[in-house]
Amino acid sequence: MGEAKPVFDEMGWPDEVRPPYALIDAWLKSVPAEQLAMKHREAEILFRRIGITFAVYTEGGDPERLIPFDSIPRVLAQAEWQRLRRGLEQRARALNAFIHDVYHDREIVRAGRIPEKLILHNSEFRPEMAGMDQPGQMYSHIAGIDMVRTGPDEYFVLEDNCRTPSGVSYMVENREVMQRLFPDLFRRNHVAPVAHYPDELLATLQSLAPANCPGEPTIVLLTPGMHNSAYYEHAFLADEMGIDLVEGPDLVVSHDVCYQRTTAGLSRVDVIYRRIDDDYLDPLVFKPESMLGVPGLHFAHRAGNLTLTNAIGAGIADDKAVYIHVPEMIRFYLGEEPLLSNVPTHDCSKPDDLRYVLDHLDELVVKAVHGSGGYGMLVGPHASREELDKFRHLLKTRPADYIAQPTLALSTVPTFVDSGIAPRHVDLRPFVLCGADKIRVVPGGLTRVALKEGSLVVNSSQGGGTKDTWILES
Amino acid sequence: MLARTAESLFWLARYMERADYVARLLQVAGHMNAVRVDSNHSSEWESAIVASGCSEGYFALHEQADEASVIQFLAFEKDNPSSIVNCIDVARRNARAVRTALTADMWEAVNSSWQELAAYRSAPMTEDLLTEFLDWVKSRVGLFHGVCSNTMLRRDGFHFERLGQFLERADNTARLLDVKYHVKLPQLSDVGGVVDYYQWLAILRVVGARRAYRVLFKSQVEPAQVAELLITRNEFPRSLSFCYQNITQHLDAIEVRDPRRTAEASRQAHALYADLRFASVDRVIGEGLHEYLTDVIERTETLGAAISEGCLF
Repeated sequence: MGEAKPVFDEMGWPDEVRPPYALIDAWLKSVPAEQLAMKHREAEILFRRIGITFAVYTEGGDPERLIPFDSIPRVLAQAEWQRLRRGLEQRARALNAFIHDVYHDREIVRAGRIPEKLILHNSEFRPEMAGMDQPGQMYSHIAGIDMVRTGPDEYFVLEDNCRTPSGVSYMVENREVMQRLFPDLFRRNHVAPVAHYPDELLATLQSLAPANCPGEPTIVLLTPGMHNSAYYEHAFLADEMGIDLVEGPDLVVSHDVCYQRTTAGLSRVDVIYRRIDDDYLDPLVFKPESMLGVPGLHFAHRAGNLTLTNAIGAGIADDKAVYIHVPEMIRFYLGEEPLLSNVPTHDCSKPDDLRYVLDHLDELVVKAVHGSGGYGMLVGPHASREELDKFRHLLKTRPADYIAQPTLALSTVPTFVDSGIAPRHVDLRPFVLCGADKIRVVPGGLTRVALKEGSLVVNSSQGGGTKDTWILES
Repeated sequence: MLARTAESLFWLARYMERADYVARLLQVAGHMNAVRVDSNHSSEWESAIVASGCSEGYFALHEQADEASVIQFLAFEKDNPSSIVNCIDVARRNARAVRTALTADMWEAVNSSWQELAAYRSAPMTEDLLTEFLDWVKSRVGLFHGVCSNTMLRRDGFHFERLGQFLERADNTARLLDVKYHVKLPQLSDVGGVVDYYQWLAILRVVGARRAYRVLFKSQVEPAQVAELLITRNEFPRSLSFCYQNITQHLDAIEVRDPRRTAEASRQAHALYADLRFASVDRVIGEGLHEYLTDVIERTETLGAAISEGCLF
């Protein structure tokens, strides 16, 4: 293990209880342990009945697995949230401005702030998008920004998700379940509601109607289908917004107009909230073998007859090598100082950084630049000799494919575990909605918790759970 | 409405209806078995197989229709697409594929049925448990149709759901009434005898019509009147006429932009409804009940295809 850094516990354990958690503390002390354990089991039954499941591809067994839910909420004071919210809006604006710039004049490159090869050699760069405008010049309309906290006032952005971030259904459903299990808690705490997220999302999608949309836009949610791990979320969002949940074969493009096959014939579609990756979206332009997409979708979009959210090619902004430059984007496009910090990051493509990383490998977290979900990743302090050697070799052969960051002492929140209640590390994914009219952020987000003692990996694919996230109104 | 959604709602309702029907068949067969009136001949298990429309699949695997294998085949057999467990599986798969078209109550009715089914599947089946299981199936399907009625918007989704339910029910009722043609009495002289009587009674029991029969006919069970009840009587919600009344109503209510596309399905449904509604039962029996019912079963199948063609792409 690395050197012992003091871990910030958001409730204040083992010292004095921090004010936002005062009522949670009183609640935990007043409710008998058996009752809490019973509620915990009840929560699982509720999740199963509602059918909130998440499949993990690499795992055998139950194809409709539950993500463990922890019933002790994670609490942020209003002032803490306001600071985050302003930072999130700022970051989302800059990321969208960057994507627009990438597919237009690349002024940020011409100004020498970002190397052009970072864009042109990037697998997420889509030359097909060159010169394409979007309503409001927004490209990443639904962005999930992963945050971690290390102290009372220290927040860091761990990564930006500009493509098809998932998890927002947990934000809404965790609250729903908490309110059913512990109605009394909500009477005593003033918690900002999150149930209107689908309304905000719908308003965002409506604002993004394409130039040629004849009237009220028809909006659909495009899912890869019920075998996708996030299918529950797709169905949940479509349902809450009252829009159709469609699969590729339900759509057809004719003369650059997209239609859905209905019982009364073909019916025009204007906005698609797609939850299919770029590569599978349009077999005429991207992977030709894709059965999930719709032939010609890109051309309907190109002709101004269709908006795709998020836009094709938005992934250029959430690459880990591009991440390093987000503070610079904020200064360049907005003329502002970043309100949220990046984790200090070593760019292994630079010789000095690489040397430092190789010398301190057992203290650092190394991440593959084009990876996601915590797979192509090394957590130095927890790694075996072989893993360290493997990454040392990888870094030497392909330095530009990796970045490295210090192992952050992620904050902890009290959590139910087998032995009772104990602190566990958490992160936070708030969702930023970027419409053509304005930016909307629902107060809250998805808190993921690493259920294993000492673990810093919160991914649901690796044994992470979730918590309800409370933003106190006063 | 999305064609795929309409299709899934249609099949969801069809499979739920079928699960209910198969449960009823097994329940009545079990009952008949217990009150056996003819000790050296038992036709109830064969009747159940025939009335379920699964004869071919069953007799490919078994030589005889005995209690244990019929129960296994109709209730639990994976390779029988119409077994109760398969019906609930397929219904749930359809429901999951179009979750957004379901109300929360509908989803919960289907999903919790499917979850509870797992317990019945894994338990060793005793007579008591089977009784409980069959009652459970009927109550789950009743719940499902009930929440559809009470929670669905009266739009295309509802109409397709009901079309599935009533097409399936029409097919079931026709097959049930035709059972007497397939399952022969031990001897010709038994016609009108006690075994014959109990077989007609069993048909009424499957569709829960014993009381309805008494209310409408105020007499002993007579084959011609059973046929009348199950074919032409609109008051009875499992009669062919009632099913087709509903089919025509829901078909007419579906939103149509181009009437030519749905004309064929509409023509077929209305024509068959008129036939059933105004059928003369004496003449039907005179000309052959079996031929008449075979025709209804075939036309119901053709109508299903015409609806598919006209509305579901």
